[in-house]
Amino acid sequence: MLARFIVKRLLGAIPTLLILITIAFFMIRVAPGGPFDADKTLPPEVQANLDAKYNLDQPLFTQYLNYLGSVLRGDLGPSFQYSDFTVNELIAEGFPVSIQLGASALALALLFGVLIGTTAAWYQNTRLDYALMGTAMTGIAIPNFVLAPILILIFAVYFGWLPAGGWGNGELRNMVLPVIALSLPYMAYVARLTRGSMVETLRSDFVRTARAKGLPEWKIIGKHSLKVALLPVVSYLGPAAAAILTGSVVIEQIFGLPGMGRYFVQGALNRDYTLVMGVVIVIGLLIVLFNLIVDIVYALIDPRIRYE
Amino acid sequence: MSLRLQSSRFEQRTLCYSFAMNKCVTASGLALLVLLLAGCNQNAAIDDAPSPAQRWNLPEVVYTEDGMPDPSILAPVQILHRGNGTQPQGLDPHITEGVPSTHVQRDLFESLAVRSADGRIIPGAAERWEVSEDGLTWTFYLRPEARWSNGEAITSSDWVYSLRRAVTPATGSRTSILLKPIKHAEPIISGQMAPEQLGVRAIDDYTLELMLEAPNPLFIEVLSHSVSYPVHQATVEAHGDRWARPGVMVSNGAYQLSELAMQSHIRLVRNPYFRENDRVIIDEVYYYPTEDLAAAVLRYRAGEIDWTYEVPNTQFNWIEANLADELFITDWFGTYYFGFNTLREPFDDPRVTKALSLAIDREIITTKLRRFGEQPSFSFTPPGLDGYDPPQPAWASWTQAQREQHALELLAEAGYGPDNPLSLEIRYNTHEDHKRVSLAIAAMWENTLGVRASLINEEFRVFLATRRARAITEVFRAGWIGNYLDPMYFLELFHSDNQQNDVGFFNEKYDALLAQAARTPDREDRFAVLNQAEQILLETQPFAPVYTYVTRRLVKPYVRGWESNLVDQHPTRYMFLLRQDPIEEVGG
Repeated sequence: MLARFIVKRLLGAIPTLLILITIAFFMIRVAPGGPFDADKTLPPEVQANLDAKYNLDQPLFTQYLNYLGSVLRGDLGPSFQYSDFTVNELIAEGFPVSIQLGASALALALLFGVLIGTTAAWYQNTRLDYALMGTAMTGIAIPNFVLAPILILIFAVYFGWLPAGGWGNGELRNMVLPVIALSLPYMAYVARLTRGSMVETLRSDFVRTARAKGLPEWKIIGKHSLKVALLPVVSYLGPAAAAILTGSVVIEQIFGLPGMGRYFVQGALNRDYTLVMGVVIVIGLLIVLFNLIVDIVYALIDPRIRYE
Repeated sequence: MSLRLQSSRFEQRTLCYSFAMNKCVTASGLALLVLLLAGCNQNAAIDDAPSPAQRWNLPEVVYTEDGMPDPSILAPVQILHRGNGTQPQGLDPHITEGVPSTHVQRDLFESLAVRSADGRIIPGAAERWEVSEDGLTWTFYLRPEARWSNGEAITSSDWVYSLRRAVTPATGSRTSILLKPIKHAEPIISGQMAPEQLGVRAIDDYTLELMLEAPNPLFIEVLSHSVSYPVHQATVEAHGDRWARPGVMVSNGAYQLSELAMQSHIRLVRNPYFRENDRVIIDEVYYYPTEDLAAAVLRYRAGEIDWTYEVPNTQFNWIEANLADELFITDWFGTYYFGFNTLREPFDDPRVTKALSLAIDREIITTKLRRFGEQPSFSFTPPGLDGYDPPQPAWASWTQAQREQHALELLAEAGYGPDNPLSLEIRYNTHEDHKRVSLAIAAMWENTLGVRASLINEEFRVFLATRRARAITEVFRAGWIGNYLDPMYFLELFHSDNQQNDVGFFNEKYDALLAQAARTPDREDRFAVLNQAEQILLETQPFAPVYTYVTRRLVKPYVRGWESNLVDQHPTRYMFLLRQDPIEEVGG
């Protein structure tokens, strides 16, 4: 049953990805300017040589078909900007870093977010609740590019406990600050989501029944309510996971991390067509994958939902 | 220490703030807010930073007889960490362009001529060269002791191969056109001739001959550019596009490539076969991409990088107050200007463009907006070039009030005044600095001339495309920085055939003077002709020069051996790191 569901969903994703690739391919080509434009204009003969080298002199539709063909073979093409590298190589280098960062940040956000949210719901309308939610609201409101330099200033410049930037070889000490900076807004959001749905769940009939039955309070919350209260959090996790894995451009730039996120923005700014397309495809795949996982988890924790 | 002092002050403020917010203050909320306010107030927190004398305890620099720093003053570990702007495009010197790439390549490769620490051209891989009577043939005598990083000798056939490769269309070089002074380079680049016809010849293993299209006293400047670096034929042929990688790359400079981690770092280590290896002191150099300028300053302050790529304008006040002795500002060989599209009315009228140029108060822009020591500019070629003094228009020495008066008169002559105000669009690429300058200029035009100026910003590549099309642009932001020290490099921008003549300047006399200069072998005579050409340009003012660029960076005081120079080139091979002695406690 589960296997059939997964296969069906994955097959259904193929047209989605195809449409995504098509739209992205033509959209980036419509943008004015080209990959070899710079402050100093290239002489036409040099421009022609470059266009020929990267097959940009062919009709756009031919280029599109060629691109689709090579994507099917798993080849995302050469990068126009980073002339010594292929897009496959760039993504292969950046992706593990992004995963490492994103997964840690997500885990941290989930763990503390749920904990804080549940606590706040439990102490609903007390000072503790207001304080936690006030803090969470602040956390959501403060952008990364403000928070990250503050963390660096305190922990790297003043105290010198942690590096101010760089990745090294992915050591823990290089990861601490970026992971915290990346996870805080998500943590705050998860906390608010959890609190909201927990408060609602705690008022529902089955909780009242459980209380009437005399179940201990920790069991009501930890076992019965949490499962239901987590549903909105789970559905938030799908897009959040994709965003946190690929959208950490700001954090990557501030901390100088070799992740994949900034290839997206830089690629678009540099008109590095193949690089942008490569990242779009990876993000597309991730979103499909995470939505699938979310659906599976949904069915696991909520007996009212079935695979179809 | 300073933070603790500060935090009590912040707590008070935080408390007030929090009480006002919801009267419920708990430890966690407070902690976060303290954290935030502490960060926001970083300017205040630095007030009691120790003075420079206390921060560093460095030995006096002493040189030995052969001009090397005395070993006793050197740090035991000689590893330099350099901030390097964006991730370099790549390290193949023939293909890539961009300042970050060239900084790394300069350590990896050595051309026939190189630059000294102060930016002068000195012999590099060639120990000397001769120029024929007619100025058309340059003969280079290579150093027999020069080696590739794999130990093989570098011979003239390596140079023949490399120069041919740079101009071969299939190589896909972005900078090959710089080699156009060499005979047949241009037709080869455009595919009309075979690369073998390039004017370069190996006379014997260590004698190389270059034939030029026209005599060019500044040709040696071209040879300091990365497009003229040698590449190792066997390596390039064996690895194709992937030869510029660690473990594969063979180079001939003071360093060789050890690690290339995209977006993370590039690590170079000493090349033991370098001809002057015994004079190189720094063993390893790391280059880090530092796109976020403010974050780079934090990394610098945390001691992770010794040398920043640039300094953000927004932190000028703080840096001036706290790190003034580590801030190095140098004139750069470039001009920041606003171009007028003279193909459009009313900018085809020199009276209008001149009036607009006169009304720009450059002093205000350099002292109030830029503030990093940029100099007001009245010519296109920047000052500082030996033997070439850029011509100055008469009004360069006037007061601003006189300039404005004259501008009003010119504009009235052209038919514009209070009854018929001129309206125009200023276009710039999206960037805070350009926006500020454009806004200031718009305000100056409006206040002094009654011009109605509107601002339009465009994303960089869109901006470039619009500017190049010369159709809808009226006034646009631009900058031109010399790849090498030659006024021709600046003035040929306004030649009627130039692809990047975005102002649409066409003047037969100007073109003729440039052609005449190109035929003039004598440096002094050539400069005199170019000076005449530039005077024509300045009379018409198809653009308004605003200021001369400067380079600005933070450098740790223990990094020595480098010198400020006009081309902003700083090979690591000249640098060394001083020993740092423990700081003696000063009372208080």
